[in-house]
Amino acid sequence: MESTTTPAGTVTDPIQAMIHRLLLTLGPILIALIIAGLILIAIGVNPLEYYGYVIKRGLLSPTGVQQTLTRMAPMLFIAAGLIVAFRAGIWNLGVDGQFLLGAVASAASAPLLAAVMPSWLALIIAFSLATTVAMAWSLLPALLKAYHGVNEIITTLMMTFLGVSLANVMVKLVFLDPGTTVPQTRTLPVEDRMFRLFDTTISSGLLLGLVAIIAVHLMMTRTAFGLKLRVVGANPRAAVHSGLGVPSLTIAVFAISAALAGLAGAVDILGVQGNVRADWNPAYGLAVIPAVFLARLNGFASIGFVFLLSVLSIGGESAARRIGVPTTFTLVLIAIVLIVLAIAEYADHRYQNARRT
Amino acid sequence: MTATSHQAAAEPIVTLERITKAFPGVVANDNVDLQILPGEVHVLLGENGAGKSTLIGLLSGLQQPDSGSIQIDGTQRAINSPRHALSLGIGTVFQHAMLVPTLTVAENLLLGGPWWERPRKERLREKVDEISKSLGIAVDLDAYAHDLSLGEQQQVEILRALIRDSRVLILDESTSMLTPKGIEELGSLMRRLVNRGLAIIFITHKLNEAVSFGDRISVLKLGRKVGEIGPDRFKSLDKAELTTQIVEMMFGGQHSEDDAGFHKPNPLSTAEPPVLVLDGVTLESTSTAPGLNSVHLELHPGELLGIAGIDGNGQKQLADALSGQSRIESGSITLNGKRIETHSVGERRDAGLRYLTDDRLGEGTVSTFPVSLNFLLKQIGSPPYWRNQIERRADIDQHAEHLIQDYDVRTPSAHTPVGRLSGGNIQKVLLARELSDGAKVVIFNKPTYGLDLSNTVSTRQRIRDIAASGLGVLLISTDLEELLELCDRIAVMDAGTITGIVENGENARTEVGRLMVGLSQ
Repeated sequence: MESTTTPAGTVTDPIQAMIHRLLLTLGPILIALIIAGLILIAIGVNPLEYYGYVIKRGLLSPTGVQQTLTRMAPMLFIAAGLIVAFRAGIWNLGVDGQFLLGAVASAASAPLLAAVMPSWLALIIAFSLATTVAMAWSLLPALLKAYHGVNEIITTLMMTFLGVSLANVMVKLVFLDPGTTVPQTRTLPVEDRMFRLFDTTISSGLLLGLVAIIAVHLMMTRTAFGLKLRVVGANPRAAVHSGLGVPSLTIAVFAISAALAGLAGAVDILGVQGNVRADWNPAYGLAVIPAVFLARLNGFASIGFVFLLSVLSIGGESAARRIGVPTTFTLVLIAIVLIVLAIAEYADHRYQNARRT
Repeated sequence: MTATSHQAAAEPIVTLERITKAFPGVVANDNVDLQILPGEVHVLLGENGAGKSTLIGLLSGLQQPDSGSIQIDGTQRAINSPRHALSLGIGTVFQHAMLVPTLTVAENLLLGGPWWERPRKERLREKVDEISKSLGIAVDLDAYAHDLSLGEQQQVEILRALIRDSRVLILDESTSMLTPKGIEELGSLMRRLVNRGLAIIFITHKLNEAVSFGDRISVLKLGRKVGEIGPDRFKSLDKAELTTQIVEMMFGGQHSEDDAGFHKPNPLSTAEPPVLVLDGVTLESTSTAPGLNSVHLELHPGELLGIAGIDGNGQKQLADALSGQSRIESGSITLNGKRIETHSVGERRDAGLRYLTDDRLGEGTVSTFPVSLNFLLKQIGSPPYWRNQIERRADIDQHAEHLIQDYDVRTPSAHTPVGRLSGGNIQKVLLARELSDGAKVVIFNKPTYGLDLSNTVSTRQRIRDIAASGLGVLLISTDLEELLELCDRIAVMDAGTITGIVENGENARTEVGRLMVGLSQ
């Protein structure tokens, strides 16, 4: 049958479409907050008090906002790294390992470098070291995926376990600060760290993170390289048919993704923490992975979700101290949001199909 | 139709009466009558698309007929599901073995039992011993399925059907992946089975198998049953006569209504030096696909060379080897005097070799991408659509609008995901992409497969025009009519080998037909 399939039933009016999408995002978040509230009631916490406290600490108090914006920096880098990988159809779930190794590399080098050279140069070298180490850590999964088709979900996850342990061992054995009894690396003096924005405590890492994620978004949507990666991600067989060098593109994706994760580590250390304590592992990746999916791998929407995540995590940390809800409850909340969103997506799809026929 | 059975007492186990089954755009079975008798190997013959698979689907309960009746032991029954078919005594062995490779043979045979029961391995062992002894086959119940050869796997599947007391056994292209020795063994196993009173439906593309193993032959063509040779006639004729009659049934009798009847070869085409030469092109076969066996072909400018053959005989591998999607192991490919066998896909495309894949959505396009980007899938990054690697949306859209108009692509807009278009329109997108400037040789793989009539006609016209404009065209098709209508010469592929090349003309239909079913010219 000859037909020009008309996309009947799809919303054509852009404003209407925007409202539709907004409802489909905010509605489930609201429902998720209610469900999470029920869980809070079940463990004997007043959900309104908890949410109120999280919002007050994460969003409304001046120090809270500054902490929130500062916390966004590493998460934005990680989100950028994940967007590149996921859009190219590569499930780099090893960002936490790459992050931590990048963090340790910069924490180990920056204080020593800053003692012998201007701090800007020390920072640049520390940044590049972090990038290189993280990229190297992704090389094995990259080669296995590119040339042997080994599932990268497994290999990157395993490399993360190894990476986290290696980072700890390095802190305790090799890069230990002889000046303290606490197992941690040497501390980068505050005056040598990345500058802060205006007269606040917000790290300039925030700006770098924003630049990174917007650059990645533009690369994926506007450049030939990004399009090639998307072809590989959307239909690898079409990529082969079109003559794209799938193995080398795969390796490039791993390299970019891991480099951004490594930069995330460096930005957190050189801008905020100043050192790496043994056993420190914020596992930002775990929280950011669902967030970039909620944002449908869109860079700009990811900024919004990372902001939300940041509010929840800063507020949640305070609430943990004050109200006694464990910090991991933030992850529970995010998980519920993700599940409800998926259900909403499915229901909407069914509804649209039913209307079409 | 009356049964001309050699066993006077035998009643048919299964009778199909006036079975019709239509799918959108094609009548797969049209008023088919068929009787399956015990003690007979009933061979079903027919080209790709003749309706054999549909008929098997109906018998094994995968599909329901639109009209007509199925009688089992004389009573009318509906076969609702594969499980139901099994309980009625109809067992099917599909072309590709369906064993779970990581389980042992015994475990595979015990699958599908009631979930609340412990698998009764001992009883199975007794039963298997009994059956395999009387059939003279050896099956190791404790071997893992993945350690078995294809022939052994098939024996296990036949065993599975027998354990469930099947009276009708359907073997769907069971010989296609077997070695000659394996085929011989299967043939004698079939004979022993029918001697025990089973009925076997044996589907094959090879005429010599049909003639050596069968008792009765039915020939399907375009959904209709065009002939049947019963056991009496089967026995009275010698092999050569039988073969001639079957070939006539399968390929003859269509010397057409339209005047010329056959395509006249283009006299100019062989005058010029060949634009594409394949010499000794060889590719190793894999467990699931045939390889290429020292393929030699020459294609002249303006020539339309057809590649005929039963599906899955290396046509796809030939196309992949030519387009550069797979590397050949030995031999040479020469395009316009230059060796290209080590060139990449992109380099071959730039040199003028274009490939229209048959897998339009699987590899030809990215279905979620807009039409406009799919036009440029093989040129990503090249000017003027990308400058300094930055996308130029306006140029891309303009390019798309031109092609949409030139090739009459019916799409709501250039930004519609290509997966939403009909098959015919996706084909036009591919045509537009591949025929853009610089094409010298175009490879079509099953270009009209899945298209409706009007798109089929226009696609064939386009192929003719391309050749007329001086390009070399290699047309891979399983549709003999299409090849006879379009081509100057037709090469036949069988198991990765070119078994013969036929000049299109009066006798081409029979000659190509004979080559396709494994006979020599």
